[in-house]
Formats: sequence, C-alpha cells, structure tokens
Amino acid sequence: MPDLHLTVDRASEAEAAAIDAALAAINVDPAIVVEEERLVRGGIHRKNERRHGLLPALHALQTESGWISPGGVNYIAEMLNVPPAEAFGVASFYEMFRVDEAPDHTDDVVHVCVDSPCLEFAEAKIAELEASGKHVHRSPCLGQCERATTDHGPALFIQGRAAANSVPSDEATELWDLPQKHDPSLVLLRNVGRIDPTSLDAYVGAGGYKALAKAFGLGAEQVVEEVSTAGLMGRGGAAFPTGIKWRAVAAEQGVKYVVVNADESEPGTFKDRTIMENDPFSLIEAVTIAGFATGATKGWIYIRGEYPLATLRLQNAIELAREAGFLGEGIARSSFDFDIEIRRGAGAYICGEETALFNSLEGFRGEPRQKPPFPTTNGLFDRPTAINNPETLLNVLPIVLDGGAAYAATGTEGSSGQKLFCLSGHVAKPGTYEVEIGPTLREVLDLGGGVTGNLKAVLLGGAAGSFVGPDALDMPLTMEDTRAIGASLGSGVVMAFNDTTDFDAVCIRIAEFFRNESCGQCVPCRVGAVRQHELLVRSSGQVMNGEVELLKDIDLAMKDASICGLGHTAATAVRSAIDLGLIGS
Amino acid sequence: MTISETPVAISTVTVSIDGADVTIPEGATLLDACTKAGVDTPTICYAENLTPVNACRVCVVEVENSRTLVPSCSREAEEGMVVQTDSERVRHSRKMVLEFLGSGTDLSQAPQLAPYMEHYGAEPDRYGPEPERMNEDVKVQDDLYIRDYDKCVLCYKCVEACGDDAQHTFAISMSGRGFGARISTEFDATLPDSACVYCGNCVAVCPTNALQFKTEFDLRAVDNWREEEQSVTRTVCSYCGVGCNLELHVQDDTIVKVTSPNDHSVTSGHLCIKGRFGWQYVQPTITTK
Repeated sequence: MPDLHLTVDRASEAEAAAIDAALAAINVDPAIVVEEERLVRGGIHRKNERRHGLLPALHALQTESGWISPGGVNYIAEMLNVPPAEAFGVASFYEMFRVDEAPDHTDDVVHVCVDSPCLEFAEAKIAELEASGKHVHRSPCLGQCERATTDHGPALFIQGRAAANSVPSDEATELWDLPQKHDPSLVLLRNVGRIDPTSLDAYVGAGGYKALAKAFGLGAEQVVEEVSTAGLMGRGGAAFPTGIKWRAVAAEQGVKYVVVNADESEPGTFKDRTIMENDPFSLIEAVTIAGFATGATKGWIYIRGEYPLATLRLQNAIELAREAGFLGEGIARSSFDFDIEIRRGAGAYICGEETALFNSLEGFRGEPRQKPPFPTTNGLFDRPTAINNPETLLNVLPIVLDGGAAYAATGTEGSSGQKLFCLSGHVAKPGTYEVEIGPTLREVLDLGGGVTGNLKAVLLGGAAGSFVGPDALDMPLTMEDTRAIGASLGSGVVMAFNDTTDFDAVCIRIAEFFRNESCGQCVPCRVGAVRQHELLVRSSGQVMNGEVELLKDIDLAMKDASICGLGHTAATAVRSAIDLGLIGS
Repeated sequence: MTISETPVAISTVTVSIDGADVTIPEGATLLDACTKAGVDTPTICYAENLTPVNACRVCVVEVENSRTLVPSCSREAEEGMVVQTDSERVRHSRKMVLEFLGSGTDLSQAPQLAPYMEHYGAEPDRYGPEPERMNEDVKVQDDLYIRDYDKCVLCYKCVEACGDDAQHTFAISMSGRGFGARISTEFDATLPDSACVYCGNCVAVCPTNALQFKTEFDLRAVDNWREEEQSVTRTVCSYCGVGCNLELHVQDDTIVKVTSPNDHSVTSGHLCIKGRFGWQYVQPTITTK
C-alpha cells in the first residue's frame, strides 16, 4: 500500500463487512492503488474522490463495534485512500463517535438531553437509567424539546449497537398529533398529521407536486424571480434573502449543488424535525424546485445524526419519488435531471454552520471556512451551492403556486410569509406552531396554551439567541421588531421560563454548551467560550461586579474576531440574562 | 526557449491602510498591504511558506463596511478597501487573543510574542485562580524531536507542513474539538509507529517551540541553550543533487539544529530527514553539556 502508512491494527471481518456495506450503499468504490504509480494525494486533493464516504463509513464502524477502533480506521483509510491520522481527526470531532477506548459492554447507549428545557428533568432521568444498568451519555439538545414535560422527562436518543438508532418516543407516533391539526390556515404544516408521511399517493392526492409542475411551466429564471419578489428570508437563523442566494447560484456555470441544511441543532429547535418526519415529500419537492431554479442537478440533505425517524422517512420519500419519476433523469417527463442524496451528521452543533457542513459532508473536520468566498461561488466540493434550511424551502411551494407577490403581501412589511415557532419550556402545550408572521410573543405563547406559572423570561432564538423579559410580551415576533431590541428570531425558538427556574443553572449550561460545541479552530471562540463558562461557574449565585466587565471583553472579542456565527453569538444569551437581572445580581 | 525581456504588466489594487494609500499586486493580501505600508502586524498561525489558515485571529484588522474584523493574513485586498489596523476594536481583539493564549498555554519559549503582549496590554492572569490550561506532558519518543503540547497554540502550521503545504505525509491532524482539540497522530500513536518520516518540517514552522529538536530540548533541560551565542552557517546539503541550502546552528563547536531559509528557492524552508537530521557524521558525538 503505497503512501498510506498504517499501524499494525486490522479490522475484524464484521467491521470490514459493515464498512463495505456502508460504502456500497452510497456507491463509493474501494480505492485501488496501482503499486507502480506514485500517488500522493492527501488532504484537499482527495476532495472529489472517495473522501465523502468517510462519515458514512465511520457511522458503520461505530454501530458495529461501539467505538471507532484503530483497525477499523485503518480499513476505512485503505478503502477511501484517506490518511489514518486525518480519519482519526475527523472521527474524534463528533459526539456520536467514541475514539478513546473500546466499550466494556455491548449495550445500546442512551443519550439524555441536558439542555434547556430538558435540563430540569435530566439528572433524575440519568440517575434512574443508570440505576437500571443502562449506559448513559449526556447529550446536547436532541431536538425533541416539545417532549420535555413532567410526564415525559428529558429527550432521549438510543444509539444502537449493531442495530439502528432510535428515539423511544417515536414508536407511538404514526400520524403526529399536531396541536394546530384542524387549523385550515396552515400552509407549511398543512399536511402534518393529516396525511400518511410514507405514502407518495397520499402526498399527490393532497396536491403534492403541483408546485413542481408549475415551476416547470414558469421556467427557472421566473422561479428565482418569484422567490425574490416574495421577500423570503432564510428560516435557519441568519435571515438571508433566499432570492439573492438563488440568483447568485443560477448565474454560475458548471456543476452546482443544492444542499438542505437539516442539521437542526440549535437548542430549543425542532421544527425541521416536525417537517421531515411528517411531511417529507414536501421537502423533496421543494429541493427539486430549488435545483431546477438554480440549475443544480444534485441535491444533498445533511440531516443531524440524532434524527433517525426523519432520516428514514426522507429516505423512503426519495425512493418512492425516484420510482415515480419525480427524481432521476428527465423528471416528470421534463428534460430536467435531478437526484438527492442524504448524509447523516454525527453530533456536532457547528455542522449547522453552512461551510462547516460542507467540510463535514466532504469528509473533513466540521470546521467553518473563512468567508469570503461564499457558498454561492465556492460551496460544497468548492462548487457553487445554494444551501437552505428545510423550513425555508417549504415556503417555496406556496410561493411558486400562488406567486411571489401574493406571498409578499402576507406577514408584515419587513417579514413576509409564514413562520414556524418551536414552543417549549413552561407552556401548557409545547410544540411546533405555524403563524402568518405578525403575532406578538404573547399571542404565540397563547397558541401553546399560555405560560404555566409566572413568566420570568423567554429565550428567543435558542442558545445563540437572547432572553427577553415579560415586558416584551407585546412585541410582534417579526425580524424587524426583534432586531430593534437587539434580539433575533433565530431559528424560531420560543422557550418559556417561569419563576421556578434556576437561571444560574440554565446559563451555566448554555455556556457549557458553547464550550463543548466550539470546533476549536479559532482562538477567540476556543478559549473565550471556556473562559466564559469558568466565569459563570465561579460567580454562580453571587453578585457579579468585575466579572461583567470581563464577560463583555470576552464577548466583544468573540463577536469581532471569531471565524463564524458560533463564536459571534456564544455570549449573547448570557449577557442578556445579566442585563435582565436573571443572574449575577 | 528564450527569456522575455519585456516586463509583464501586473494588475494592481490600491487600498487605504490607516489613511495611507498602498498599491499592491492583485491577489495580494491585506497583510501584504500592511507590510508594504510599514505597519507591523502580529501573526502566529501565518507563515510565508504555508497557506494561511486564519485560525489565531491575532492579525485581524477593521475593514470599512465589514460587520466583523477580518484576518489580514488571508483576506485578499480589493480595490478601494479602507482598512484600520489600530482601531479600538482591533486593539481589543488582538489583546484578547494574546491574553487567551497566554492564559491557557505556556508561551515561555515564544519570545516574539512578548512585545505584542506588552503593546496591547494583555493580562493573561485575569481569568481567575485556575483557568483551564492545555495540561500536556512532553512527548519524547525518539532522538530527533520532542512534542511539548503544553506550549501548543493549535495554529495548524505543523499539520500543514506535514500535509498539503510541504511534505504530503499526513502523519498528524487536528483531533478532538474545542478546547480539547490537540494535534495528534491516529489514536495518539507514537511517532515511530506513525506515518512520520522525520523531515522535521513541523518543527521548523512551530511558533512556540512546542515542537523542538531533541538537541535543543536536552540543552534547555540543563539550562545550556544559549541561542544568542550560536553562530549560523549557511551551506549546501551534500546528500543529493537538489541543492537545498542548510543553516547550521552551532553552539560550542557543535551543531545543535539545522534549518533552511524560508526564502530559499529550492526548499522554501523545508528539508528532508537527511538534511535536517543527518549531520552526525560531521561530529561523531553530541555534547549536551
């Protein structure tokens, strides 16, 4: 084996078989190295070769052996022609991969969410599970925040050993019980809980694929035009105008990609899971339209690894759509070729940052890239790429069907259209709620049956967002109104906290979350997030004096000098909590 | 083949650095512009013979209409950019980066950073009684070089020199995440077990002496590393016909380390195991007293 120097460790037959199967499933051929050729192609030069098979192969190894074994890594290195040190560097980046030592058991591992709102139930559940002999892993937000109630306890995710991963609460939900199920005004959630998410016939029967037909009639340019006219802004957190993004990609030549950023990991966010589990065909149709509009022939869905049901439903939807001619060559008897591939993340919040996601998908460490260049010119595999959040893409269906102008007329002047909110915490009925943008915070909370107990604060936008107090209840939840008070809608998180909340614990956990999830690439975030966490632990329960100044210094450096949004926002929630007097006074 | 006498027209861009217009070739970075303007810019992860990774962020500058500061080492200069290198925001971030590194890493053998720490007023001690540190033991696994990751600032230079930028060996990579990130071989295998070919190019680019030649490490251990007294002699490597230039660092008539000039057209500062470590025949025994 020229070029690759491997240690003596060898994969077991079972490991090799599992890795082979994973690579065959994504059509990656094993590397055949011709001995006479002097091949030195590590690092970036392997980008467009087999390296994107790394994450699927590591998933297979972890599931088979319960850890990333040295022999397994060597086998993957050989199959994919990736240096073993780099394969290890990638594996050790992810929460779901164990690299330190072989487990001393063959059981499943139960991941228990320790982020708010699960936080208040987590320790009791962990004690209960450990007492019954289960192997427990403390996990960051699992994206099931609506389940964090006294009855259910914290969110759980089972990492299977030689078995599929699963979520215990999924077993009970065939047709999800959407709180707004009978509301006729729903647009984005119109199919959720109403039609069988595993049936293409049901989807088409409910009006599915009409938007794609309409898009073909309009032509690619006009679709981009309608999306621009609609004023649609990204729903993942950054609120970037989708039309501008699509237009930029459409103007580029050559191979282009559409990527769905389904790595929903912002604590408090679960709306995309709601969509993907309960209406996967809508997302597939919307991605196809995005591909048609931008001139991409391949779509990728990067979905977080802790969403097994959503992954299954999307996979099923893709297969059925392919069989029916809605994906593949000459879609729906047009001349447009398009197909979609799914890739699972492995537990890393940072991979929701678009350029980190590209690196992760390509088989590199999920470290963000410096921008510029932007994804519209240098995205996935360095090609022009339109990357959107599932909720954003779902909005494209009504835009294409009813026209951009009609869509722009809905919502408010600065924020058009529909928006999903993830209600969790101390509300009567947590869940995903859809509104035409405009209602106030109070009205959105009332959709979920109102706050239980006396409201103390609401976390808007997740851990990267900020706390607002009861005086913000009459603020309309729009991009412009939240921005005016220095907050943000972010990914639509509305997490309510009543006066029984231990805000010291909540804020320390938020700081710990960022410290754990920082990729470590740039100094301000890698060290700043640790210093922020230490400072909060140190001053817990005390009046902060000099600490506030220090925290401001840390925050400013992270905001100004970090590479990506994780560092920019890592201190926002904590600082808002201090400003509101929730901690430190 | 003839060599054209006609000068090639180079496109240029003009940017403003602290109010002064600077014209530089198209494709040059803001750091190049700063240097041309005579502005001293601190750098840690930047090296002229490596691709910029803009990870340390100590070279950030303020560019008009940019929401955040930008790393000057990697940001290509664009016509008309208005750049501030000494604004309050720039000074603050540079100070904090130096302070953060000083609070968690042993910078005692990175003397080039001390003047900047002083200039920007960095106070690494203000993070409470026991801020988390790298806390790594020295790895001594062979007679050629050691790895003291307590001094590591995770600048990626060694990874780049081992990989795409020089050696294409890929023996090391960044591993782990966040503050737990470390430079590592696969599963922390020892260097002799790893893909390492002992070119020493990682040692040559390390800015903090986390990677150190064993000769230097041993001399430092007995408090006998006297860099200011060492002579540096330039010569040509005698092993093959490539013509790599060597710089022999000599202390007490003994070679204690070998480097190559970064601006040398053949090596760009990089060597192979023979040039870097194969000098024992000059002096049969190594004295470390």
